[in-house]
Amino acid sequence: MKQALSIKNLRKTYEGGKQALKGVDLDIEEGEFFALLGPNGAGKTTLISITCGLVQKKEEEGKVLVQGHDIDIDGDDAKVHIGLVPQEINADIFEKVEEVLYIQAGYYGISRSEAKEQIEMLLEKLSLKDKRKSKVIELSGGMKRRLIIARALVHKPTLLFLDEPTAGVDVELRHDMWKFLRELNESGVTIVLTTHYLEEAEKLCKRLAIISHGEIKRLGTMEEICNGRKLEDVYLEITK
Amino acid sequence: MTPRQKYIAFLTIFGKEVRRSLRTWKQTFLPPVITTSLYFLVFGTFIGSQIKAIGGVSYLAFIVPGLVMSTLLTSSFQNMLQKFYFLKFQKTIQEILVSPMPAWLVVFSYLSSAMFSGLAVGTLVFCSALFFQPISVAHPLLAILVALLTSGFFALCGLINAIYAKTFDDLSIVSVFFITPLTYLGGVFYSVKLLPGIWSKISLFDPILYMINALRYSILGFSDMPVYHSLLVIIVGIIIAFSWILYLFKTGRGLKA
Repeated sequence: MKQALSIKNLRKTYEGGKQALKGVDLDIEEGEFFALLGPNGAGKTTLISITCGLVQKKEEEGKVLVQGHDIDIDGDDAKVHIGLVPQEINADIFEKVEEVLYIQAGYYGISRSEAKEQIEMLLEKLSLKDKRKSKVIELSGGMKRRLIIARALVHKPTLLFLDEPTAGVDVELRHDMWKFLRELNESGVTIVLTTHYLEEAEKLCKRLAIISHGEIKRLGTMEEICNGRKLEDVYLEITK
Repeated sequence: MTPRQKYIAFLTIFGKEVRRSLRTWKQTFLPPVITTSLYFLVFGTFIGSQIKAIGGVSYLAFIVPGLVMSTLLTSSFQNMLQKFYFLKFQKTIQEILVSPMPAWLVVFSYLSSAMFSGLAVGTLVFCSALFFQPISVAHPLLAILVALLTSGFFALCGLINAIYAKTFDDLSIVSVFFITPLTYLGGVFYSVKLLPGIWSKISLFDPILYMINALRYSILGFSDMPVYHSLLVIIVGIIIAFSWILYLFKTGRGLKA
């Protein structure tokens, strides 16, 4: 099977000396729903941010391939495949909901008429149709979360990064989001999820990596890693 | 991205930013027009009537190009600075950095929208000047070229300032300590030929002097220096600023962690 994401010996030291990643190797196959778990400051967001082009990476700091495209050589081609749902809600608060989505499509060179069908589908699926003319500032926290998920999917990415997508979301909405994400994964989108809710990873993902202090400590299927134990116990043992 | 996709991406950013400027017209367009009209009234009409003609034109006509240039460059600079810093502050810039748009396209799109605002303000100020003093433009095409180039240069400077800015305080430093003094000492209200000895030579190091004189030549038909000197200074400034910005995008300085 083809790899959606391939990371080889990825290292990152920030200005000031903090070593966020210490030689990470990771391969994620197309169609996987993969969990990247770890405590705050473990390096999860740095790994995602480097892949998406939000954190600067030098060529000698390792290799990242997205759908076979090296981000140091043909980064723009790699980016076409990536969708990112960031940890922080960062939509323009003065724009209307549907306009946020049309603008996002425009960044990928998709015209309004070409984007219409996908945007209507996302508004429907993420229950934002009634709020399409509302400004982002008027939305509740849960709606803003759904909007940034919709925004990440406007250009139909094949690799979706979800950086704590359900943080601060109520139980009902979280279950709706899980359902939507499962459907999305079944449609062929590779999903990389970071979360602090371990039951979320257990419910959605087949394979996972536990990262701590910039290193991958465990990598494998849920069964391989847990080996009959509770994920929470394994996680706490590794990240202690 | 194909050329068509790049064109769509350009229109997206340009359209979004122009709509925002038009939506906030009371903040973008009105204040500079009112302030400059007061300059025309006080310095041009009230005080200017007591000052003898310069280069064969009334004092009010003499200060029009300088004041138009001053508002045009300030608006272009501020527009770009605020727009781009707000993108960083809200972190909406992440969506642009994650997208496949090449850096030059992002810069060009924002540059065009800031130039639109700067040129619109400059045009409105010039029209308001006509209420006080009828002026026939000596070289209209040259005037448009000078306005375009100057607006572009200052919008690029605004972008550099926005990329380096870390706090809201950093937004005013360049404007207060460099642009405002250089503008007022750049011959808005006087001809550098009138300055005594060393001061006229020191003034030649002020790049805004060249821009004001280029517009003065375009509108009134005379200036303190050859117009091609002025155009050369502006074009070199644009090349340096654009290259600097592309370097900042490439290295991620001020944009990426």
